[in-house]
Amino acid sequence: MKLHQKRLLYAGLIVLLVVIWIFYAANGPQTTAVLAGTVRAATLLALGAMCGMIGERSGVVNIGIEGQFLLSAFAAFTVASMTSSLFLGTIAGIGMGLLMGWMLAAMAVGLKVDQIIAGTVLNIAALGLTSFFYDRSRSLGVGKYTNIDLGPLADIPLVGTVLFSRPPLTYLTMALLIVVHVALFRSVWGMRTRAIGEHPGAADTVGIDVLRLRYFNVTIAGGLAGLGGAYLALEAVGTFSRAMSGGRGFLALAVMIFGRRTPFGAYAAALFFGFTTALQNQFQLNNTFDIPPQFVGMLPFIVTILVVALSGLIGSMRDPAALGQTYEKG
Amino acid sequence: MSEILLGAHDVSKRFPGVLANNQVSLQLERGRILALLGENGAGKSTLVNILFGMYRPDEGHVIIKGERVDLRGPDDAISRGIGMVHQHFQLVPPMRVVENIVLGAEPVLRGLVDLGEARRRVIELSRRYGLEIDPDAVVEDLPVGMQQRVEILKALYRNADVLIMDEPTGVLTPQEADHLLGVLRELTQTGLGVVFITHKLREVLAVADDIVVLRNGEVVGQTTPAETSENGLAEMMVGRSVMLRVDKSVAEPGDVVLELEKLSVEDDRGQIALNEVSFEVREGEILGVAGVEGNGQRELVEAITGLRGLSSGLMKIGSDEFTSGSTRQIAEKGVAHIPEDREKHGLIGVYSLEENSVLNRYHRKPFSLRGFLRRDVIKRHAEGVVDEFDVRTPSTSVPASSLSGGNKQKLIVGREFSDDIDLLVAAQPTRGIDIGAIEFIHRRILDQRDKGTAVLLVSAELDEILGLSDRIAVLYDGELMDVLDAEDSNREKIGLLMAGITDSKSSA
Amino acid sequence: MSRSVLRTISIPLAAVVFGLVIGAILILTQNASPGTAYKALLVGGAGDSDAVLRTLQKATPLIFGGLAVAFAFKAGMFNIGGQGQLLVGAVFAAGVGFGIDGLPLVIHLPVALLAGGIAGAVWGGIAGTLKATTGAHEVIVTIMLNFVAGNLTDWLAANPWKDNSGSNIVARTPLVEDSAVIPTFGAVPVGFLLAVITAITCWMILERTTFGFEVKSVGNNRHAADYAGIRVGRIMALTMAVAGLLAGLGGAVESLGVDGRFEAGVNVGLGFEGITIALLARANPLGVVPAALLVGLMEAGAARMQFKAGVAPELIDVIQALILFFVAAPIILRWVLRMRHDASEQLQLGAGWGRS
Repeated sequence: MKLHQKRLLYAGLIVLLVVIWIFYAANGPQTTAVLAGTVRAATLLALGAMCGMIGERSGVVNIGIEGQFLLSAFAAFTVASMTSSLFLGTIAGIGMGLLMGWMLAAMAVGLKVDQIIAGTVLNIAALGLTSFFYDRSRSLGVGKYTNIDLGPLADIPLVGTVLFSRPPLTYLTMALLIVVHVALFRSVWGMRTRAIGEHPGAADTVGIDVLRLRYFNVTIAGGLAGLGGAYLALEAVGTFSRAMSGGRGFLALAVMIFGRRTPFGAYAAALFFGFTTALQNQFQLNNTFDIPPQFVGMLPFIVTILVVALSGLIGSMRDPAALGQTYEKG
Repeated sequence: MSEILLGAHDVSKRFPGVLANNQVSLQLERGRILALLGENGAGKSTLVNILFGMYRPDEGHVIIKGERVDLRGPDDAISRGIGMVHQHFQLVPPMRVVENIVLGAEPVLRGLVDLGEARRRVIELSRRYGLEIDPDAVVEDLPVGMQQRVEILKALYRNADVLIMDEPTGVLTPQEADHLLGVLRELTQTGLGVVFITHKLREVLAVADDIVVLRNGEVVGQTTPAETSENGLAEMMVGRSVMLRVDKSVAEPGDVVLELEKLSVEDDRGQIALNEVSFEVREGEILGVAGVEGNGQRELVEAITGLRGLSSGLMKIGSDEFTSGSTRQIAEKGVAHIPEDREKHGLIGVYSLEENSVLNRYHRKPFSLRGFLRRDVIKRHAEGVVDEFDVRTPSTSVPASSLSGGNKQKLIVGREFSDDIDLLVAAQPTRGIDIGAIEFIHRRILDQRDKGTAVLLVSAELDEILGLSDRIAVLYDGELMDVLDAEDSNREKIGLLMAGITDSKSSA
Repeated sequence: MSRSVLRTISIPLAAVVFGLVIGAILILTQNASPGTAYKALLVGGAGDSDAVLRTLQKATPLIFGGLAVAFAFKAGMFNIGGQGQLLVGAVFAAGVGFGIDGLPLVIHLPVALLAGGIAGAVWGGIAGTLKATTGAHEVIVTIMLNFVAGNLTDWLAANPWKDNSGSNIVARTPLVEDSAVIPTFGAVPVGFLLAVITAITCWMILERTTFGFEVKSVGNNRHAADYAGIRVGRIMALTMAVAGLLAGLGGAVESLGVDGRFEAGVNVGLGFEGITIALLARANPLGVVPAALLVGLMEAGAARMQFKAGVAPELIDVIQALILFFVAAPIILRWVLRMRHDASEQLQLGAGWGRS
């Protein structure tokens, strides 16, 4: 990032912190609730965005994140409910995500199906399968994941509740931000991944197996979406309902674009989106303004459209050059 | 006798419908430069891809350092010391030089890429071979000549004993090309061997130790510069005597058809690609625009034909002034355009020849009426074009993608010449096609000129410019360096202008 | 049948068969009998004239939905917004249908249909214009617009346009006036006829007109279209508007024909089905009709299948997803049927999110 951009960022952050402090002084509980809700909503979007960015940096578009969220949530919920173990449920969710990632890879990379069509197939399949096998009577006997306090850090007012007193998968997501960042920008895997997304021919001629790396990346990226599904069912909501992903798989793509396909950028964008959701919940709870719920509900989607439209106009948010193109050897 | 660094022994390779290589044998010895010569479609690329491990031969085998090998892929070839510098650079544009060089062979420290070590090695390498480069420069910001250096360094970083250079001078000025040939000479003195693929006869004679000529997938000649000449090589390449210089009559220019007044045009990134260029083209003359690609030619052509807007200045076609025009408006003024990239702009591959024959005129009578296409009229038109322009095809309803490069180009030329035109804009009109088609198209362009059409010819092939033009303009870095009469021009003069050097001063 | 027609339908046909086979396996997992289930499905969809009527009625919005996707495909765009375009078309048609009285059928009905079509066209046009001016990918925009449309139409049906007659609390509009209801000619619903005529019209536009030539050119090679003097951005926006119009008409036909009103929560999922149908038809407008009839038959028979064999009607969604998979990845079918690979059959749209 250039120097003046950095300065702008710090200035913006300081302004933000001041604003938050003012609101907290005015109405502590509400501010805390909104900020906690922000982090809660952001976690899912960040996981989806990381899934998307690993694929896209490799040159593969994944619009099936929505379906991955849904089917993984279903798997996580069903297994957790059957075994009374949240841990096993989480593993099941991740596993389902990996499986769906593999299917996307098989279709888009292996069978050279158009990537958008492949992702759509995943979405439609997920919706159909979850509806077909949905058992209304099932419930999560053990209850969802509960908050874990990180020692004395959790006692800090506001920040303590919002950041240091969260359920486990939220912490896991934050840790993953660092892992994915280091992997993507400092490791051998990361450099090769970025190369195949920009110029697969160049990577091919130095002996990198483009198709195999894409296969691998899309599959493990699915695991991240699977974690997101597990998070949705076992930590955020605590149950499963039809079409519960609610469009957030697509919002994750906007978050990814907005965050310039980097983990920390995506998290910042996710916080922004999460904020609008949390705000919406707060307004509905208190009926603060007399806005019909449907209009508030539209907000994240309209914001997404604006983000995508603007990103096209702002040249700096460019796509990886080989994004969406099927790679043919030689 | 020197060791055979790289060789092919009776190599054959077949693709659906074509025998690309037929029992080809050649050998490169240490410290020598082998030129592989042939026209487009002769089988050079296929052979080279086999030598580099991209393809496996159907028959015969590859030899590396005296040993028979069966290459499993490019990385196998690389590990055995074969380095390839591609015609179209295989570099990742947004990454830095150092990253591009070490990609695939990255030095590792504690599980992560050790860029410090990589940088050290790159600097050492660039000093040793005299190929200075800034390791942290971003590749897409580098000029073409430097990008080529990165490609060469990539091969040297992997301890290449052999450098295969595929058409390396296409993107260089004559002076840069000479410099490159000098670098190659020096490299061979350190023990490297070089395989130099080209269709440029002059370069072959200038630098090669050994020459192999391919035609239709077979070796038709093995010789050395001492034993042959440009004409001799051309005959071997084509199989008959070839007119290297086109027969043309003296031009009799008439009124001004195209006039550019301080035209400035931006490129895709918003930078000025063409800076206040002014010139004119008259009836019955060919103005050739010379220059290495990337100096504003593309933007010039696109601005004149309406594919791109003008940032400032204006252009006049006939008596009409344009500061911004659509392709259609400009075409209505009698302007024809042979685009430089026929796959991208000139044709739609899945469309039939019929549909392509009216690609940019379907909306006019008689091809359509009140919004409905008249397929019978279109078909007759297509048949006419195919007939008159010698387009080899089984019928007019096959998709255009089934045609060979030369026939595609003839179809495009036929389409553009089917009306009376006042101005012909021809951009790289003979790129990538066989000599027969080249001769045909050159003849047709000259015929247009003799009929009184004004012709703007833009080409990176200096021989084509020198052979056809009546006047020559040179573009460098978006500036019009000079406009010379053909009689007063030669390679050296034009070459200097192409590199930005005017008379006693040079452009900074 | 000519050889090329046979070749063209063999893959979709095989996809359907494979989908049904795997569906049968799923039925077995529910301890039901595939034979009973499929027989009930068939009877429920085509067993008597009532069943046939149901099938035609189910197929009608599917034809429009399929056309909405197929038409956009021709310009190289992926219209996933059929759902939203249909919803706004349905609600605005209903709005005109119940909101105006005193007009004769000859005027009221076409106007109501037109209102639905225009609403859909606007909805699609937004995505198309954004794509043309900012390069915003229509996949994301149309999906987002689906959600926005869902919210918007819910609100309309629950507030200003709510049916407050009697003791109604459901979010829906009042019944449309009789003068805006689509009539039936004997056993054939006029809505279905309208759909078929629309399909034929679409085909004619694409194959015979200069506009169709422009649309296909943009879809095949937008650079060459540029060179040809075609205004690519304008065509993209127009194509999405036409696609939206088609879906909107479909929604209008639902409101004015089958349902007689707009009700929130009904007609969900029709957008995605349009995708399956468009791909089954290989984006050919004429092929959309038989594809829609097939899916329509399955949906019409689903209730009977549940009644007779105890199989959940959502199975139809799963089978559709399977069919979509096999149509999208025909290579599996080819391998089983030992057919030769034909690269031109692969539908390709792929590109990034911004300008290409």
